[in-house]
Amino acid sequence: MAFVAAISKRSSTVRGIKRPSTPYLLLIPGLSWLAMFFIFPLFTLASTSTQTAPEGADTGTYVQTFRLANYIDAFVASREQFLRSIIYALIATLLALAISYPLAYAIAFKSGKWKNLLLVLVVAPFFTSFLLRTIAWKQILGNEGPVVTVLRTLHVLGPQSGLTASAFAVVTGMTYNFLPFMTLPLYASLERIDPRTLEAASDLYANGLTTFRKVTFPLSLPGVVAGTLLTFIPAAGDYINATLLGNPKTKMIGNVIESRFFEIVDYPTAAALSFMLMAAILILVMAYVRRAGTDELV
Amino acid sequence: MVDAAASTKGDLHLTNLVKAFGDFRAVDDLSLVIPEGSFFALLGPSGCGKTTTLRMIAGLEEPTSGKISIGNTDITYAKPYARPVNTVFQNYALFPHLSIFENVAFGLRRRGIKDVKEAVTKVLALVELGHLAERKPVQLSGGQQQRIAVARAIVNRPALLLLDEPLGALDLKLRRQMQIELKWIQTEVGLTFVHVTHDQEEAMTMADTIAVMNEGRIEQMGSPVELYESPRTVFVANFLGQSNLVKGKVEGASGSDLQVSVHGNRIVVPSARNFAKDNSDKSVLIGIRPEKISIEHPEANTLGGGVITDISFVGVSTQFQIQMPWGQELSVFEQNDGGASHLQKGDTVALSWKPEFTFALDGTADVDAGTSVNPDEI
Amino acid sequence: MKRWLSKNLIKIYAFLAFVYLFIPIAYTMAFSFNDAGKSNLTWRGFTFKNWQNPCGAPEVCTALGNSLKIGFIATLIATALGTMIAFALGRHRFRGRSTVNLLIFLPMATPEIVLGASLLAMFLNLGINPGFWPTVIAHVMFCISFVVVTVKARIASLDPKLEEAAMDLYATEVETFRRVTLPLVMPGIFGAALLAFSLSFDDFIITNFNSGTLTTFPKFVYISSARGIPAQANVIGSSMFLIALAIVLVGQFVSSRKNRV
Repeated sequence: MAFVAAISKRSSTVRGIKRPSTPYLLLIPGLSWLAMFFIFPLFTLASTSTQTAPEGADTGTYVQTFRLANYIDAFVASREQFLRSIIYALIATLLALAISYPLAYAIAFKSGKWKNLLLVLVVAPFFTSFLLRTIAWKQILGNEGPVVTVLRTLHVLGPQSGLTASAFAVVTGMTYNFLPFMTLPLYASLERIDPRTLEAASDLYANGLTTFRKVTFPLSLPGVVAGTLLTFIPAAGDYINATLLGNPKTKMIGNVIESRFFEIVDYPTAAALSFMLMAAILILVMAYVRRAGTDELV
Repeated sequence: MVDAAASTKGDLHLTNLVKAFGDFRAVDDLSLVIPEGSFFALLGPSGCGKTTTLRMIAGLEEPTSGKISIGNTDITYAKPYARPVNTVFQNYALFPHLSIFENVAFGLRRRGIKDVKEAVTKVLALVELGHLAERKPVQLSGGQQQRIAVARAIVNRPALLLLDEPLGALDLKLRRQMQIELKWIQTEVGLTFVHVTHDQEEAMTMADTIAVMNEGRIEQMGSPVELYESPRTVFVANFLGQSNLVKGKVEGASGSDLQVSVHGNRIVVPSARNFAKDNSDKSVLIGIRPEKISIEHPEANTLGGGVITDISFVGVSTQFQIQMPWGQELSVFEQNDGGASHLQKGDTVALSWKPEFTFALDGTADVDAGTSVNPDEI
Repeated sequence: MKRWLSKNLIKIYAFLAFVYLFIPIAYTMAFSFNDAGKSNLTWRGFTFKNWQNPCGAPEVCTALGNSLKIGFIATLIATALGTMIAFALGRHRFRGRSTVNLLIFLPMATPEIVLGASLLAMFLNLGINPGFWPTVIAHVMFCISFVVVTVKARIASLDPKLEEAAMDLYATEVETFRRVTLPLVMPGIFGAALLAFSLSFDDFIITNFNSGTLTTFPKFVYISSARGIPAQANVIGSSMFLIALAIVLVGQFVSSRKNRV
């Protein structure tokens, strides 16, 4: 039993089963980064949002006056774009859900050995640049593009009307661009469903539609919640689709914030609008998550 | 093994071991000695504390109080990697990223042994899977994985091998085969095996000594025969095999026998087989195993007036359910040697058995203890 | 016919969805072979010229270089920091866990424009000029959460019994981590790094706020979209698509072979 002796010698040098400091050591670097470059900037933004320009100062110079009315002014000036952002994002989210759900369902249950390949193909288009894809849509839907040409020959579209520079084009672009954020979470939750539960449902006299309504859909709800959130949030703050595919009447809140920052150099209004956007999204998300009854977000 | 420590006996001592999770005591003041070289089984239903006990021996759980030692070496607080104990995990826990060879060599390499080839080859030959050395665990069947898990542990020649429900994931036929194989490996390598299971048949087939655990304590410890023939508590009587337990009252003693009145019948129990602790109100539970009862041959102990309510044929025997005049249903197993073949449902019969098969238990105990089967375990 | 249709409806739908997904990709790839002059708006004939000389439009390659540099550095830092957080969340119990979860979730629930604007506001307040490093900092910030989520999922799928088995087989905590935990979590870390890189490489909004005069690839595309994008940009976009596809397919092939042979 030399082994026992040797081993027990080793044991006397190593003691204490769990070191409670380990998780904190692991957390410190990453959380510090988030604190310094995510949380702290939000405070800076909050501070900027209540500043005003002193009389006769240079453009871009602002001092803190705690003017909360900045928020009211900013909202009044761009409530139209605000509302439009929410509506466009909602429509794009619903369209993405309608496109993605059957797709994710087909991959999860009907693809057999091609499952992994199809999953890769869902994500693959999004490795080309976001902007290149959007510009591609602009040209495909453009007046010289194939779609308009065909529609004009079929007299669906008049010779003067087109598809781009419209709300339709903006929402189409948004739907397309955020599609994988919808498909992947949906797939993940559908894939976890045991196909036998669906067989059990049909064994218990549920027809295809009832099986879907009473079994499949409720079980995939976490994926629906995650997917709609991951689509809605970036869509509401997006301004690239509106810029490239829209017209001046389809400007979204992102366009306003961007131009306030860079063109008008009106930092306080840009900051106030950013905060209102974030608050609006957080309130909608919280209300939605509470209704959907899931609290597992991360 | 030419060392001063070589004289250390490798008996495992558990002394007043307690493991509490909040208010719940998973293991409650457990003390036992497992002799070196024995095949020991900890048997009990799920939640009885057997797995917690095993995990404390392995070092994966720290005891709330008490002491664990092997020979004279205290290992109570030693890290899992610093004790001469290896475990065969439930579902095997083979490393999926390593080959079978590297899985088996893992422990040797961690102990700084450079030349592992011979030891690994030898142990793989022992479990007859040498040809699979380069495979990955997912490519093996359940039974093969199980043998690799055993090989991975015994290659280290631990003072103690712990087996945590090692056959739970196998189908019945394979389980039977592995029971025999494990027993053979144990005699071959001569290590102490501590086997945790909820399967009473598995424990009885393999172990020299069984400790039946219930609610964090040991109900009874002994050889399989001892536990089966002379259960000392209602829990053991019901958990190991089946028992008929009937309430009775002690009337008196004559010689080495106890006279017990059971619903108006006089039943004889050898005093040595009376395990009831307190007889102040004279109530006892009379116990008799179903296969010890005869319907045809009259014996000294007889309970009459039973009506057959159910007959099921199970090959080697026929099992009868018999409703007694006081409403209780008793079980009787008759060998299929032709004697009881004419019996039919509704027949009135008398149940007889030899007094030496009778045992007496604490009359205040719950008659159903140990009978309810947890559906999780099936 | 009707039966066949109702049986295969979902497959037809999925096929159409894939067509929809790939239309702009096919378009982008096709136009990388366009013999375009300054603007790549209409088809003017097939050529390999753009592929033979992707730096034909020099600004494209400068922008690409910047994007790659930012992507590599940000991926490295974000993967390291995020993996550490994922291990803390996945393998330890500690106080303040739900606060950490919230802090990880919030950047993902915040619109990019808010992230970009707030960082820029801070840099301006501190007198730091936007540029290369502010962009790297910003990219690390929004990638960390995605790394944490990806790696954490992998850790959660790991059987804790494997680590117990390693400890039982004489591996110390450090050896257990190095020999068992890390190799098994590695595919998750690799996937997270790939995700972080593609997020960083493709980011426009946050970069636009914090990069100042520095041009990244998406920024270059955005700026030149008004007057026409050189076909070389399509070459780079198509190459990124093909490279990423190759990496993922090879990864899948290797992991499936590992499990089979």
